[in-house]
Amino acid sequence: MDPLSPPPPIRRISLDAPPTVVAPAPPSNGHAPAAAARSATAGSARERMRVEAVTIAYGSKVAVNRVDLPIRQGEVLALIGPSGCGKTTLLRSLNRLTELTPTAARSGRIALDGQDVDVLEVTELRKRVSMVFQQPNPFPMSVFDNVAYALREGASKRPRRAQLAEPVELALRRAGLWDEVKGNLDHPALRLSGGQQQRLCIARALAAQPEVLLMDEPCSALDPVSTTRIEQLIGELRPQIAVVIVTHNLQQAQRVADHVAFMYLGELVEYGTSDQIFHAPQAQRTRDYVGGAFG
Amino acid sequence: MDPAAQTATLRGRVTSRWRAPERAELLLGALAVGLLAVLATLLASVFTQAWPSFSHNGLAWFGGGGNVNTQLANIYHSPADPKHYVYTLHAWPLLYATALSTGLAVLFGLPFALLAALFMVEFAPPGIARLMTPIVRLLAAVPSVVYGLIGILVIVPWVNDHLVDPGFKLDVKPVVPISGGSLLVAALILAVMIVPIMIAIIADALRAVPRSWIEGSAALGVNRWRTMWRVAVRTARPAIAAAVVLATARALGEAIMIAMVSGNYIFAPNPLDGANALLEPIQTFASTIVANAEGFTVKPFGQTLYAFAAVALVSAAMLSLAGWAARQPLRRYGIR
Amino acid sequence: MSALAPPPTAPSPPRTRPRDSAGSWPLADRIGLGLCWAAGISLALVAGAIVVYMGYQGLSQLHLHLLFDHPTGDVDQSKSGGFLDPIEGTLLLTAIGTAIAVPIGVGVALWLVEFGRPAPLARAVESVVEVIAGAPSIVLALFGLTLFSKPVFTFLSFKPSGAQEAFGRSFLIAGTMMSLIALPLVVGATREALLAVPNHLREASLALGKTKGATIRRVLLPSIRPGIATGATLGMGRIVGDTAIVIVLLGATLGTEPADGGFFPANLLRGTGSTLTSYVYDNSPAGEGNAPEKAYAAAFVLLLLVIGLNVVAARLSGGRAGGGPAWTR
Repeated sequence: MDPLSPPPPIRRISLDAPPTVVAPAPPSNGHAPAAAARSATAGSARERMRVEAVTIAYGSKVAVNRVDLPIRQGEVLALIGPSGCGKTTLLRSLNRLTELTPTAARSGRIALDGQDVDVLEVTELRKRVSMVFQQPNPFPMSVFDNVAYALREGASKRPRRAQLAEPVELALRRAGLWDEVKGNLDHPALRLSGGQQQRLCIARALAAQPEVLLMDEPCSALDPVSTTRIEQLIGELRPQIAVVIVTHNLQQAQRVADHVAFMYLGELVEYGTSDQIFHAPQAQRTRDYVGGAFG
Repeated sequence: MDPAAQTATLRGRVTSRWRAPERAELLLGALAVGLLAVLATLLASVFTQAWPSFSHNGLAWFGGGGNVNTQLANIYHSPADPKHYVYTLHAWPLLYATALSTGLAVLFGLPFALLAALFMVEFAPPGIARLMTPIVRLLAAVPSVVYGLIGILVIVPWVNDHLVDPGFKLDVKPVVPISGGSLLVAALILAVMIVPIMIAIIADALRAVPRSWIEGSAALGVNRWRTMWRVAVRTARPAIAAAVVLATARALGEAIMIAMVSGNYIFAPNPLDGANALLEPIQTFASTIVANAEGFTVKPFGQTLYAFAAVALVSAAMLSLAGWAARQPLRRYGIR
Repeated sequence: MSALAPPPTAPSPPRTRPRDSAGSWPLADRIGLGLCWAAGISLALVAGAIVVYMGYQGLSQLHLHLLFDHPTGDVDQSKSGGFLDPIEGTLLLTAIGTAIAVPIGVGVALWLVEFGRPAPLARAVESVVEVIAGAPSIVLALFGLTLFSKPVFTFLSFKPSGAQEAFGRSFLIAGTMMSLIALPLVVGATREALLAVPNHLREASLALGKTKGATIRRVLLPSIRPGIATGATLGMGRIVGDTAIVIVLLGATLGTEPADGGFFPANLLRGTGSTLTSYVYDNSPAGEGNAPEKAYAAAFVLLLLVIGLNVVAARLSGGRAGGGPAWTR
């Protein structure tokens, strides 16, 4: 099989997404496609976050090097690339989680709705840009307390349980977990199955009505059935939220993503629509990666 | 491998065979059993020696009534004839004072230790955080006699000069001598002595909270204080309980320091005196033994001291065992 | 293609804002943070105050001759000598206590980790170690007095003329009871060290046909030496700092007084004396003497000794993760 020919097309799960427009053949370096893609889909997706010339380093080791990306509501952006390419680091910088590591340093600008994220209070930022992790990490509390956690700790006056019941139910419905747990919201969260725990984490992240949802390989620890459910979920969430998903799984990226950014060794190699990247990649590296030459 | 064991495996059955103990096992096992024997002898000795005092007083031993200091003096001056030994004792003031001093020490020590542990683990800048561990170790290493010395030479006189109201002192003189040595000083120094134990256990537990929970909470936009308080401290609750139990056990066993700073007069502080009750002298079970150790040779007195020892031993040792047992399941999750 | 270029040279980026500064937190949270700071700072202040005060008093009262003069028990402080004998007493007791505690403690720890059957017996032994660790030392002292006063134990102390019972107080006796308070620390540290030895070392030795006893002697003991040393040092720290056992079991003579009859070292071990701790206690207002200056000087030496031992123990254990509450007893 010739590694240079595009891989056979993979059937996409049809979702209620606005149809993606294939952009005209993009130029070969990583920076311009953002503009081209944006002009192609202008009006159908509102830009929520913007990454501009961001470089992130841990000590002297550069993890991400001058990346530009737009993140739009109504779209799923997938960050793909081999291990160590910087995609998780980039994701974590979007909600300033990189600051939890003492040696991390960042330059460039990340904007949320035009406002520099460094200017915002970090707690404010993280309420608007939520994150779901690779390993489900529900707190050792009940299901209700987990979902209500952000709401309780975000407010200065502790809301009463009656006030929280509605937002909790809404979040659990959006995460597709309501029917399974509605009978017993005080069940300890740690006793749920892996897939349920991850959906609980998604519900927890959704409870504060974020504008952007960051997902770091959310399905890598789950079985195929749970994976499918969560991918469905992502499609359902897409119209109201901007979703950025880091994934190792190229098929998943094809199924789920509207735009794809391929990163390698900290650089953004190519950015384009899903069809573009998977069926007509411009850069040699992208072709190699997507074709399976390296992983 | 001995042939019998070999055959067992070849047959494919998973049997746990009782292997004959080798010499090393017998030798070391004898040592371990010897330790059991030592403790058994200790317990037997303490309880048999203490028994006469308990049996002569019955349950009233724990009750109130009378001045324990005079009761002890009477026991000491018992006639030489065993049939006329005096054992009368109502140790309520000792019980009350022990509970009060230990309780106050833990009451003030626990919040302090919790906050200090949080500071050490999360909120201190890295340079200061590194310094905290040796500081806590230092406080734990200071011998009780040195704490007692500082107490009796510095704190007790200060309390006597600045906190004791001379009018109050005069008022209660017929009942109890006030000299600065008091419940307050004892509880205060006791708190300083038990705080390092609690900090060590709580800090270990806080550090062992899975990082994914801390990150998860931060990623939800919850600030550092709330994250530590609602997630880390909540997860560390069993360790906090174990820390309290172990600290109480340590406090109950403290004899020398309390003997030096507590005023050396057995008395049950009177809550009707309000804040001044803190300035009244006390003795605990352990400290009374130290203060009266010379009288040991008089048989009924020695047996009474043993009775105090029995109470101190049972309370301190049982709590120590309970605290250790409580921490065993925690070790499975890496929380020490 | 830029993707193939080597990683770029080092960047720039300085952080623009401190992470999660407390300025924006609700008031209750800021108070909590403030209290944490207050607790940490006051802890440091208390420790500092103790060290500085003892240092100041100790250094001003400690004259070199005190370390080398025998105490004379004279009421006039300028003639009452130094505390050489108490220092001797401390060193002697520590030596005896550690010499007894280490072999027994290592043996018990070895049995618990390497054999430990039947299981209920192992649990019982573990509980016993914890009970001994939690027992107040004054109780152990009383027990020692009663036990060793029995005539059968005369060889450990001596028999005062005309008495039926043995004196029941001597260096040997006090040292034996001191070993009990050091024992749990030795057992704990040795256990931790044994548990840290990877299993494949044991399996390799057994696969070569060696018995468990030989494995212990040749393979395990050499590798856990630092752990044993840590435990021994921690135990020494506790022995040096203990006062209750000394007061009851060392006979309360100011100077080191060997027993009559017999010869060195037996008569010394069976004799009485004092230690730094009992010296401090006796010279404080709580004891008979009223020589706070001598008490401060001796307490300063004592503190230095204990801190030194703890520093050595910390170095030996190399900051292993289990370094937590082992030293809090």
